[in-house]
Amino acid sequence: MATMTLINAINDGLRAEMERDKNVIVLGEDVGVNGGVFRATADLYQNFGEKRSFDTPLAESAIIGTAIGLANHGFRPVPEIQFAGFIYECMDQISTQAARIRMRSGGRFTAPITVRIPYGGGVKTPEMHSDSLEALFLHSPGVKVVVPSNPYDAKGLLIAAIREDDPVIFYEPMKLYRSIKADVPEEAYTVEIGKANIVREGSDVTILAYGTMVHTAEKAADLAEKERGVKAEVIDLRTISPFDLDTIISSVKKTHRAVIVHEAAQTGGVGAELATRINEEAILSLEAPVVRVAGFDTPYPLTAIEDEYLPTPERIAAGIYKTLDF
Amino acid sequence: MSNVMELKEGTEMFQILNEDGEIVDGQKVPDLSDDELKDLYRWMLRIRTFDGRAIKLNRQGRLGFYAPMAGQEACQIASMAALKKSDMLYPSYRDVGTAMYHGLPMENVFLNSRGQIHGMKTPEDVNAYPPQIIIAAQVLHCAGSGWAFRLKEEDHVAICFFGDGATSEGDFHEGMNFASVYEANSIFFCQNNQYAISVPIHKQMKSETIAQKAIGYGMAGIRVDGNDALAVYQATKEAADRARKGEGPTLIEGVTYRVGPHTMAGDDPGRYRTKDEEESWTSKRDPLKRLRKFLDSKGLWSDEEEEKVQKEVLDEMNETIKKVEKAPKGTVAELMDGLYTEPTPLIKKQKDEYLTWKEGK
Repeated sequence: MATMTLINAINDGLRAEMERDKNVIVLGEDVGVNGGVFRATADLYQNFGEKRSFDTPLAESAIIGTAIGLANHGFRPVPEIQFAGFIYECMDQISTQAARIRMRSGGRFTAPITVRIPYGGGVKTPEMHSDSLEALFLHSPGVKVVVPSNPYDAKGLLIAAIREDDPVIFYEPMKLYRSIKADVPEEAYTVEIGKANIVREGSDVTILAYGTMVHTAEKAADLAEKERGVKAEVIDLRTISPFDLDTIISSVKKTHRAVIVHEAAQTGGVGAELATRINEEAILSLEAPVVRVAGFDTPYPLTAIEDEYLPTPERIAAGIYKTLDF
Repeated sequence: MSNVMELKEGTEMFQILNEDGEIVDGQKVPDLSDDELKDLYRWMLRIRTFDGRAIKLNRQGRLGFYAPMAGQEACQIASMAALKKSDMLYPSYRDVGTAMYHGLPMENVFLNSRGQIHGMKTPEDVNAYPPQIIIAAQVLHCAGSGWAFRLKEEDHVAICFFGDGATSEGDFHEGMNFASVYEANSIFFCQNNQYAISVPIHKQMKSETIAQKAIGYGMAGIRVDGNDALAVYQATKEAADRARKGEGPTLIEGVTYRVGPHTMAGDDPGRYRTKDEEESWTSKRDPLKRLRKFLDSKGLWSDEEEEKVQKEVLDEMNETIKKVEKAPKGTVAELMDGLYTEPTPLIKKQKDEYLTWKEGK
């Protein structure tokens, strides 16, 4: 065991997989000599050389498109898109090209690529860097979407993603890169994609969250317990697509209430899909409508008001009380 | 001798056969045996014949989506003839000629046209991607594929085909740049057929030629008479030789003409070009007529052989269309099964619910 930040854990996961499989390569803007703008790929260039770690030209569509071509010949590329706000530049290559090639070619070609993307707010970035655009890929059949919330999961999920034969969008919460530490095994291990994690058991309400918002949801659970004695169950989804429906529904059938939390804009987001699923699978168990606590239906704001834009423990607690007081 | 860049930085056009089917002064016939020359023509004739009948089958409602390729046979066949079966092909939707030459069964082409889901199920031994629909997206795959060959120090080549319109796309620029930076074993074959649906090349760009764009990427580039099979063959062969030796990618501009409509889905070229213009391309500049004249001059071809090849293709098409008309359309369940390596629990649930409903009807 070693104590690692989330960014250390990602770096360690990349190192472990590059040691295990010579076909694992990293590519992207500044990922080579510099080790990435967040240092996620630190020392990989120095340790694995210029044929495993590539400082690419500055072009997101080509980073994904060439990764698809590289993957046609045995490589398992791990491209980095420097910030989530830049993802629209490569939407076609992810959602039309990588996502569909297995189906289109009848299995003759696949795209085993893991697209790493720092995402989310709360770190005072310039405009258009802090978006949470996971719902775009929930709505893109053929890719999987993973969002870790802690160093242990980050390493295990990343290794699982790299070993997946299907394309995985791996969103890394920027806010958590260096703000949390945890014990992480030094050897390679996997955390199963598609399985949620119940981070706190409770009986009164289910809070569904992922990434940075798992921690905000836990604070909200503390607050609600303190203020009104609420026992909230907090579930870390870990995978957005395919989300762990069984764990979600079992919990809601137990607690009879659900609050979904995400940083992304509310309308048409992950919360909308999960609320619908809960209605489809557990409506007779519900004591109150499902509540969403999310970003507002605007683009992500400039930094001076980002703390107001992002869900807070207080806003989530208010959502919890809404389900209790219905 | 390399013809690259000797042609005044990509503005002159490389030609071996003139419009009368004669060898241009100072040029020589590529290193092809008589049988190989005949095979080149035979395949171009196959594709010309295929195209004519495919258009009829579309009008009869027996084929669906179809993008005619008449006029572009030299670009499609002579280029692929310069490559090996182990090389990787990334065609666009108009390039089924390249794919069939590379080994894609006609059955696949028909199934795909008719929207039957197994049409793009590429046989294991055919190194061809499904035809690309998104303009220029395949340029990036070709760059990545050629980059992979380079990294693995393999002497294979990746080639992609796209049209003049594709050169306006960001993916074209990004792919060319990446391939050049990584000295990828890639060939970018632009069939400049003069129109992107209705938009002529002079509205598409201000540069004099497409080939000269290669200069900006630090890449080999050549403008070739795309209706001259021998020039197309030679240019592609030289590009492939360079790539195999690790000397990097090449942009080839084949100057040609799309004789038919953009697709069979209602495009009327009469709205954007003249009959005179069409005739200027279909008379002396026609790629088949020119190669046929050359073969005739060497006594290598006859009307009997011409008819035999045409009949072979038409017979094969008749059999194949009957076969695919009886073939399964595919099912939504198969679509779901083929999306991921293993269907996800959510997909399985959706499939089960749908099939349960369907069976209960």
